[in-house]
Amino acid sequence: MGLLSKKDTKLILDPLMDDNPITIQVLGICSALAITAQLKPSIVMAVSVIFVLGLGNVVISLMRNIIPSKIRIIVQLIVVATLVIIVDQVLKAFAYELSKELSVFIGLIITNCIIMGRFEAFALGNGPWRSFLDGIGNALGYGVILVIVGFFRELLGSGTLFGFQVLGDPVTKTGLYAIGYENNGFMVLPPMALIVVGIIIWVQRSRNKALIEEA
Amino acid sequence: MGLKQSLHKMKMKYEGTKMAPAFNAIHTFLYLPNETTHNGTHIKAADDLKRTMNIVIMSLVPCLIFGIFNAGYQQNLQMDVVERAAGFLSTEFWNLENFSIGAWKVLPLVLVSYGVGLLIEFIFAVIKGHEVEEGYLVTGMLVPLIVPIDIPLWMLAVAVIFGVVIGKEVFGGTGMNILNPALTIRAFLFFAYPTKMSGDQIWVAGDLKNTLAGQPDVLTGETILGSLAQNKEVAFSLWDQFWGFIPGSVGETSTFLILIGALILVLSKIGSWRIMLSAIAGSLVMGLIFNGVVAQGWIGESSKFFALMNTEFWNHLLIGGLAFGIVYMATDPVSASQTNKGKWIYGFLIGFVSVTIRVFNPAYPEGVMLAILLMNVFAPTIDHYVVEGNIKKRAKRLKVKTA
Repeated sequence: MGLLSKKDTKLILDPLMDDNPITIQVLGICSALAITAQLKPSIVMAVSVIFVLGLGNVVISLMRNIIPSKIRIIVQLIVVATLVIIVDQVLKAFAYELSKELSVFIGLIITNCIIMGRFEAFALGNGPWRSFLDGIGNALGYGVILVIVGFFRELLGSGTLFGFQVLGDPVTKTGLYAIGYENNGFMVLPPMALIVVGIIIWVQRSRNKALIEEA
Repeated sequence: MGLKQSLHKMKMKYEGTKMAPAFNAIHTFLYLPNETTHNGTHIKAADDLKRTMNIVIMSLVPCLIFGIFNAGYQQNLQMDVVERAAGFLSTEFWNLENFSIGAWKVLPLVLVSYGVGLLIEFIFAVIKGHEVEEGYLVTGMLVPLIVPIDIPLWMLAVAVIFGVVIGKEVFGGTGMNILNPALTIRAFLFFAYPTKMSGDQIWVAGDLKNTLAGQPDVLTGETILGSLAQNKEVAFSLWDQFWGFIPGSVGETSTFLILIGALILVLSKIGSWRIMLSAIAGSLVMGLIFNGVVAQGWIGESSKFFALMNTEFWNHLLIGGLAFGIVYMATDPVSASQTNKGKWIYGFLIGFVSVTIRVFNPAYPEGVMLAILLMNVFAPTIDHYVVEGNIKKRAKRLKVKTA
């Protein structure tokens, strides 16, 4: 196994599938609904969360022995807030249009339950390397769902992917639109994101029956 | 050997296999099963789920037939082929030409609705290994009646798939759904393809491009709610509205036939009269409030709500899908409230909210759809408090007695 031991690989791979933060733990739903109408913001959001969670987990893990447990939430918040501000400023500097599009949701990464959850559940009790892997793994698990949802919502809702009209031009009626196809306006609305996430959960649980909770 | 015997043989042959539910469904749909319960203490009642569904369908048939004629009539009226119908039995309305045009447009809707919906039901029954349930029989009939005549068939198919899978199967199939499946399908269409579900170009059939020169390209016909929302004069008399000679979704225009359907449902004790009555009361109350607001002069002619608010309170029942929704959708026994007191509250709020949405949000002309869906969600809550209240009342009585 070279670089990663078996245990470490599990830290990365588990959150991608059977311990996914969105579909299994049902955390971080709000942002998954809000910014997945298109693929590009979904990916930017995923990358931002990977950065914040990976680095944040390391920082918290390094400080885990000196944080007084009574004020640990505040310390955690400060760490997230700092990292989120960095992401926000970078986006504003280098991708202004995108940061406009994502607007408040980059700032709201602070309140993303996945991040505080991993700090509390993992970084406070594990070393920096393992915490880093855990952070990357969970953020990737979050990102995968975002990208899947973003893909379907942009494709079916706007007929585009990354802004390219892959299904033809709806105005001049080329491609699929020539035979009467129309974009599904419901896909662009947030409720549909919830339904798409629900369908992913459904598929996942019918593939792996162990995930179904006892009623 | 009759059809029944062959079906029975087929059923025996496939018993225990994966496809068994599919064959059973066909068998029990057409015939009484060969084996029925004979002795012992069982409840023997004729009104099982299938009979219930069949009666609802029978009560819908007049609306469907009227819808077919009306589709042709509206088109012919615009093309000046027929005159305006004078009474309910007018031959300008009930003629073969209207029927053939209408049937050509409406029957495909029915076929797609039933075909796609039942296919999904069969697939789920086979995968999950349960029997095919009869729930879709009514939904499949309701769907073509509540969509605009010009809806593209593939959109209807997509919506039916969505409605049956997300609205019903994920919750566990017939009897477990939270929302009325037919309305889920309509709501999906409404939000997904708004250009095909509202506006003034879709209510009259006829995409007449490439016909004779001098003919219109598209026939337009605004629904009454549509014109009222824009503060325009209504071009239809009250009798037209009552008989149903107005543009609208396929089968919901005729208040008269809906009343007959309501009578069938109430007399056969399948539809809840409590819900119907209280929903009518709710819409009348809200209509009266709006009339009062106008009478008080709080709102002037210039207001965009004026025409809808000024509509006589009882007139709301004749226009739009309010009557149809109240009779056929609000009374859906699965998604409505179960307790008697709950039914009064549930129905009243449906009427109340329908008229409110209708007046205040001209972008959502069909308030009744959203109102019923909203109250579907609240129905269990209403029931919960009714039951709790009853328990509390009885507990109090017990205390008085023992004290």
